Amino acid sequence: MTRRALPVTVMTLLLLAAWYVGAAWLNWPQAVETLMRASKPTGVADVLAQAYAMKRPILPTPDQVVVELWNSLTGYAPTSPRNLLFHAWVTAEAALTGLAMGLVLGILLAAGIVYTRTLEASLLPWVIASQTVPILAIAPMIVVILGNIGLTGLLPKAVICMYLCFFPITVGMVKGLRSADPLWLDLMRTYSAGGLRAFWSLRLPASMPFLFASLKVSVAISVVGAIVGELPTGGQAGLGARLLSGSYYGQTVQIWAALIMASLLSVALIAVVRGLELVLLGRAGAR
Amino acid sequence: MSNLTSDEATNPYRTNLRSAVDWGLIAIGLPILAGLAFPIADRSGEPVGWFDGTNAPFFLVGFVLAVIAAAFAPKRVWGAWVELAGVAFAWLLPLHLMNGGLMLSDAWGLWLFLFGTMVLLWRVMAVFAGVPGWTRSVLVPGLFGLGLLVAWEQLVTGFSVPAILLPAPSRILVAIIHNAPVLWDDFRQTVLTSVLRGYVMGCSAGFLVAILADRVPFLARGLLPLGNLASAIPVVGIAPIMVMWFGFDWQSKAAVIVVMTFFPMLINTLAGLGNSERIQLDLMRSYGAGYGTTLAKLRLPNALPFLFNGLKINSTLALIGAIVAEFFGTPVVGMGFRISTEVARMNLDVVWATIAVAALTGSGLYGALAVLERVTTAWHPSMRGR
Repeated sequence: MTRRALPVTVMTLLLLAAWYVGAAWLNWPQAVETLMRASKPTGVADVLAQAYAMKRPILPTPDQVVVELWNSLTGYAPTSPRNLLFHAWVTAEAALTGLAMGLVLGILLAAGIVYTRTLEASLLPWVIASQTVPILAIAPMIVVILGNIGLTGLLPKAVICMYLCFFPITVGMVKGLRSADPLWLDLMRTYSAGGLRAFWSLRLPASMPFLFASLKVSVAISVVGAIVGELPTGGQAGLGARLLSGSYYGQTVQIWAALIMASLLSVALIAVVRGLELVLLGRAGAR
Repeated sequence: MSNLTSDEATNPYRTNLRSAVDWGLIAIGLPILAGLAFPIADRSGEPVGWFDGTNAPFFLVGFVLAVIAAAFAPKRVWGAWVELAGVAFAWLLPLHLMNGGLMLSDAWGLWLFLFGTMVLLWRVMAVFAGVPGWTRSVLVPGLFGLGLLVAWEQLVTGFSVPAILLPAPSRILVAIIHNAPVLWDDFRQTVLTSVLRGYVMGCSAGFLVAILADRVPFLARGLLPLGNLASAIPVVGIAPIMVMWFGFDWQSKAAVIVVMTFFPMLINTLAGLGNSERIQLDLMRSYGAGYGTTLAKLRLPNALPFLFNGLKINSTLALIGAIVAEFFGTPVVGMGFRISTEVARMNLDVVWATIAVAALTGSGLYGALAVLERVTTAWHPSMRGR
């Protein structure tokens, strides 16, 4: 434990130190200018204090971000649009809906690919090619177009998340559904069990470890998809909208707080998936 | 290997409905037969049937003849080529009808016929999928993509879907040709200027830090958990910050790309460097090879599959990073800028043209890396033919 804890702590501290140095360096010219205008002393200590306490710094310090996070989490009711939890929930809702849709699509595609040779030869190359389309970059446009036909709110964002996260699930499930032991499959055949029965009793359970490995990747990707999907709706709810409004009004502390909240959300969702994995696979006797 | 043929393999004399009837032909024939009763188009509100003076029966007969001729082909693959020609001929029917000034929506006869052609295309792909070599690996996916494009074109033009919702592939192609100079400028700004520079900087930074972390294990143990954490952070979110810091031009895009590509490259390189076996390392030591020689001659070649994995992941990430960053501010050129402005002006065909260019670029980058990987790591087990 200490073998890993010590290096991680040291690296984190180094990173924080670099952050403080960077903040001082980037904010320095602005801090000097502010002090000059207010005709206050411009000693090194004064400028440093000013650089670390600016209202709209180029690079906010970690403590400023933490304070902003804390204030927004505790200062308002969780349902208030001024609370980051509210925005995180809006983003999480879209991400999880998209993940569920991606899960269904991914498993259906994988089952089709595993059971149909024609589908394997024709569809699998396109599944791979689909990921070279920078959908994340085109996501705002998709939201606008779907908005034109009256689909707004949750669904367009969920569609983007679905597109992004079906791929790891399909790839993982193709591998997983094929990972059932051939001996067991033969045994199923000697029992004269049909294809559907073999799928439910053998192939699906065998694919579970692969599914969870893919899910952990997909959950993080789908949060990114939801955030980018929120960009064009400008000024409404969601962590992406917070990023955008922060960028409009030069509220750097708000941008950083939203960014940290987004990564906390990803980490929390991955932890949930990991917990589910432990419970489900533990019950199945995998470990 | 449990597929349809396993029944026949165990008992060649077993006859049942499943093997006695060609269900595929029925799936093609029944909808077309049923479709004969419905109109195939309408002329200013008047329904037009199959035999109402157009040349439609000509295409139907050609299609059916191809299927019959294919049944007599000495080899199934030859038959499949004949059927493919029949499908291509049948696809000319909607074009012919529209040239005659007819409307195609509400014409169930035509849509059932086109459905039949799609089922036949599926049968052709099933035959080709059984032939190893380029037919299986290139032709089948190509036909699948072609089928999707044709279905998209037929549905969008047939039901006259407004171009604001979804332009037909032919309109997108026209837009690409008409806007070629603009698209080329965008391509140059986004890909050649921002993406390539950021990609090279980010990947080499990740690679160099990985080498450093390999020499100093303390660094590796500290960086790896942070790298795993970074993969959970939505890195595209830093785009507005980078635009604020580095301005509107390519520098901010390259910065976003560097941040996005650094950790995937670092993690993959570290994993690759750890891929050499104890016994190989011992052998190198017995030769008296130092760290540098071992790295160059043994560990880096062994790490190549992992390096290429990182490079491939990063090739799409870099494109995504550049285009997203362009939404937050850019000179008046670039793919992200084009998409956001043309959406606002409702020029959806130009937007789709840009998307097509982006998709082709992404596939091209990925494909080039895959070819390079095949050339440089031909010895690796994963490259052996299946």
